[in-house]
Amino acid sequence: MTEAQPAQARQPGAGAPKLEALGITKLFPGVVANKDIDLTLHEGEILALLGENGAGKSTLMNIIYGLYQPTEGQIRVDGSPVVMHSPRDAIDLGIGMVHQHFQLVPVMSVVDNIMLGSETVDRGLLDRQGVSARIQELSQRYNMAVDPNSIIEDLPVGVQQRVEILKALYRNAEILILDEPTSVLTPQEIEGLFEVMELLRSQGKSIIFITHKLKEVLRIADRIAVLRRGEMVGEADPAAASQENLAALMVGRKVTLEVEKEPASAGDVLLQLRDIDAYTDLGEPALRSVSLDVRAGEIVGVAGVQGNGQTELVEVVTGLRPAAGGSVLINSVDMTNASPRRITEEGAICHVPEDRHMYGMVDAYSVADNLVLSSYYKKPFSSGLTMNQQAIAQHAEELVARFDVRTPSVRASGASLSGGNQQKMVVAREFGRPIRLLVAAQPTRGIDVGSIEFIHSQIVAKRDEGIAVLLVSYELDEIMALSDRIAVMFHGRISAILPRGQATREKIGLLMAGVSVEDETNAL
Amino acid sequence: MRRPVLATASPTTGIARTLRALLIPSLALLAALLAGAVVMILSGDDPMAAYGGLFKGAFGDGKGWARTIRKTIPFVLTGLSVALAFKVSLFNIGASGQFVMGSVFAVAVGINFEGLPVYVHLPLALIAGIAGGLLWGAIPGILKVYTGAHEVIVTIMLNYVASLLGGWTVYAGGTQGQTPGPLWDRTAGAISETPDVLHSAQIPWLFGPPYRVHYGVFLALAAAILVWWLIFKTPLGFEMRTVGHNMRAARYAGIRVNFTIILTMALAGGLAGLAGAIETLGLNHKFAPEFGGAVGFDGITVALLGQTHPIGVLLAAFMFGALDGGAATMQFESGVPADIIQIIQALVLAFVAAPLIIRLIFRLRPQSQEDAGSAVSTSWGGT
Repeated sequence: MTEAQPAQARQPGAGAPKLEALGITKLFPGVVANKDIDLTLHEGEILALLGENGAGKSTLMNIIYGLYQPTEGQIRVDGSPVVMHSPRDAIDLGIGMVHQHFQLVPVMSVVDNIMLGSETVDRGLLDRQGVSARIQELSQRYNMAVDPNSIIEDLPVGVQQRVEILKALYRNAEILILDEPTSVLTPQEIEGLFEVMELLRSQGKSIIFITHKLKEVLRIADRIAVLRRGEMVGEADPAAASQENLAALMVGRKVTLEVEKEPASAGDVLLQLRDIDAYTDLGEPALRSVSLDVRAGEIVGVAGVQGNGQTELVEVVTGLRPAAGGSVLINSVDMTNASPRRITEEGAICHVPEDRHMYGMVDAYSVADNLVLSSYYKKPFSSGLTMNQQAIAQHAEELVARFDVRTPSVRASGASLSGGNQQKMVVAREFGRPIRLLVAAQPTRGIDVGSIEFIHSQIVAKRDEGIAVLLVSYELDEIMALSDRIAVMFHGRISAILPRGQATREKIGLLMAGVSVEDETNAL
Repeated sequence: MRRPVLATASPTTGIARTLRALLIPSLALLAALLAGAVVMILSGDDPMAAYGGLFKGAFGDGKGWARTIRKTIPFVLTGLSVALAFKVSLFNIGASGQFVMGSVFAVAVGINFEGLPVYVHLPLALIAGIAGGLLWGAIPGILKVYTGAHEVIVTIMLNYVASLLGGWTVYAGGTQGQTPGPLWDRTAGAISETPDVLHSAQIPWLFGPPYRVHYGVFLALAAAILVWWLIFKTPLGFEMRTVGHNMRAARYAGIRVNFTIILTMALAGGLAGLAGAIETLGLNHKFAPEFGGAVGFDGITVALLGQTHPIGVLLAAFMFGALDGGAATMQFESGVPADIIQIIQALVLAFVAAPLIIRLIFRLRPQSQEDAGSAVSTSWGGT
């Protein structure tokens, strides 16, 4: 199955080639982003494009969507060669793209967003009624309920995504490119999206579905194309493929998807949150009376759709955001609204932040300087007045070796590393010092499978050393794989805390969507 | 939609890095001189004669060198002031006002305390000047931290306040018997200025008249080295640079961001205040409203031209000193008005602030993100 072979269709009604990319090569200065890629999308099929971050998926899609010109190669639509200079050309050819980050104006209505850029004018005025009627017709035909007059920012993420899809359909897209569409959705919303995709397929639309989640690929795709390091390394038939061989194809070697771990032996409560309230930067309630305990030697995973208070929860624990009410006890010491440094020092806490570029590293600093970001002032890195560059470099060499951070030198800038290695650098800094409590938010966001494997094993190793671990992730798979107990957050509250044994994907999915579960177990 | 980044940072040697850092400023100067030549040709002047005179005036003889060095000193300090703030992503437009406050504070000490020995009086006057600038720099820092007022706005406004305050201290009184300012020289009649600074508070000449170069040149050099050491060698400098690069990461790392911002603005003010003190105690020997802080605004240009690096600031300040030092001779020898020098200085700033223009003119390939020009853009991003 790892060999490239033309997958024979099990898909209903796959027709003639709709879109062909032939021999696409794209060079950036110093980087081959795409190398001689051939890709064919048939009419009425869902083609999954699988690959790790940096494998060249986005570059390829940007070429197909007219954002980049290929260095070599040709794009054909309906069999005839086309040259696209901008997304507008792509749209005119019936290609629509739903970006991972929605391109919607939050304060405008659905109608306005959908007609934005191709406004229909009636006697000099915007024809909102006409557009609205067409939207309703489209949303009925494809079973995507949307009120054309609602304001985008009031809509749940899943509905916003529908608006994006409708926007493409409104522009008569025959080919839809969905870039990581499931990353912001709950399991139930993902199922809803898949139903829409199937309906679109049955009506003859062709879909390219970009993802790195293997389960979803096997669930929905008619055919799977795998990219690795800018090259097409194989096609697979979902009926015959397994997660393991897809992962191996993606990474180029065998990977263990399951995290191996013994049952936890939890000790004393190390982190104790009681009735925490907190606000977002905009002053809206972010945490409402959150209580949670984390014991030494256990991993408590916080599940939930992004934006339900997880970020603020981590910030309150680490001292980056004030708690408006409640208390934070670390090792029985009250650390409510203590300074980040005091929490780091006295609480012996380390923090792998959700967004490494925003919080976790200084892009312009060398790897060595990044590795002392939270300990630069201590001996031996700093002795009174001056910093000791030699000690800093030596410390960096050790950590780089221990955590397998691939960098040409510890003097190379943090920005020059790949995403996975940047994350390993952050993990090395945080794990590499004596700690009792580990707070990891999205520890594997946007990094390759190989690095995920490594970081997961490090987290479990920390747990086995008797460290308390608070894990926040938007990837349910990650929560399920690592946690000993799972807390689900919805709208700033912890709606349930389940022992791993009682947590099923379905149950957690419902809780993530705000549905209360009957046999809710509150094992505090 | 990010481009993949190769994990290969070319290991640049120190020399290569230095040369690369010098490239844009040198080309900016060259482009500005060329543009100045075009202006001269358009107005019927001979650029060769003008630039010949400029060079002669700046470096032609001992007096030329003395002029150049004398003019360089305040540029170094105001340039350092702006550059230090830039390292923390703060835009100090207030070096002008801080310079004035430094002058006023220094002169207030310098004209009083008769009988003090020079080794007490002079340091005291210098420290007073630094304190004046420090105070004037700390205010925008404090306002930024506690009210969110942008330092650009506050420093600009404080420039006016300092200028008017300085004017008031030496106000000669009016014809209708208005109260004169506290520092006004009673023997000066209708002229608004302070008395001469006492000998014990004057910075001694290094070479006496006619060269008029004083020991302040060593203070400026020492300040440059000190700032370099502070920024690149101390934990405090690490904190400052971290705040400048990524304020969120700085908070995450436990750095007291607010304290760092106030401290940096105060130190930047102190440097500009020292510039004012040195000019007053070493050269003018008194304060009058016309000894204002134009040199503070030039500090912005010098800092940018020097790529906000202390050593770069030294070089840029020297260049500006030479331009100013040679201007009079240029006018005398070629008839080209000395004001053209200001046009050239302004063009240098324009070219340095817009490195893309320089890259376009000289067909350079784009460089990494760590361009000095980014110092400006980032300073507007923060709160």
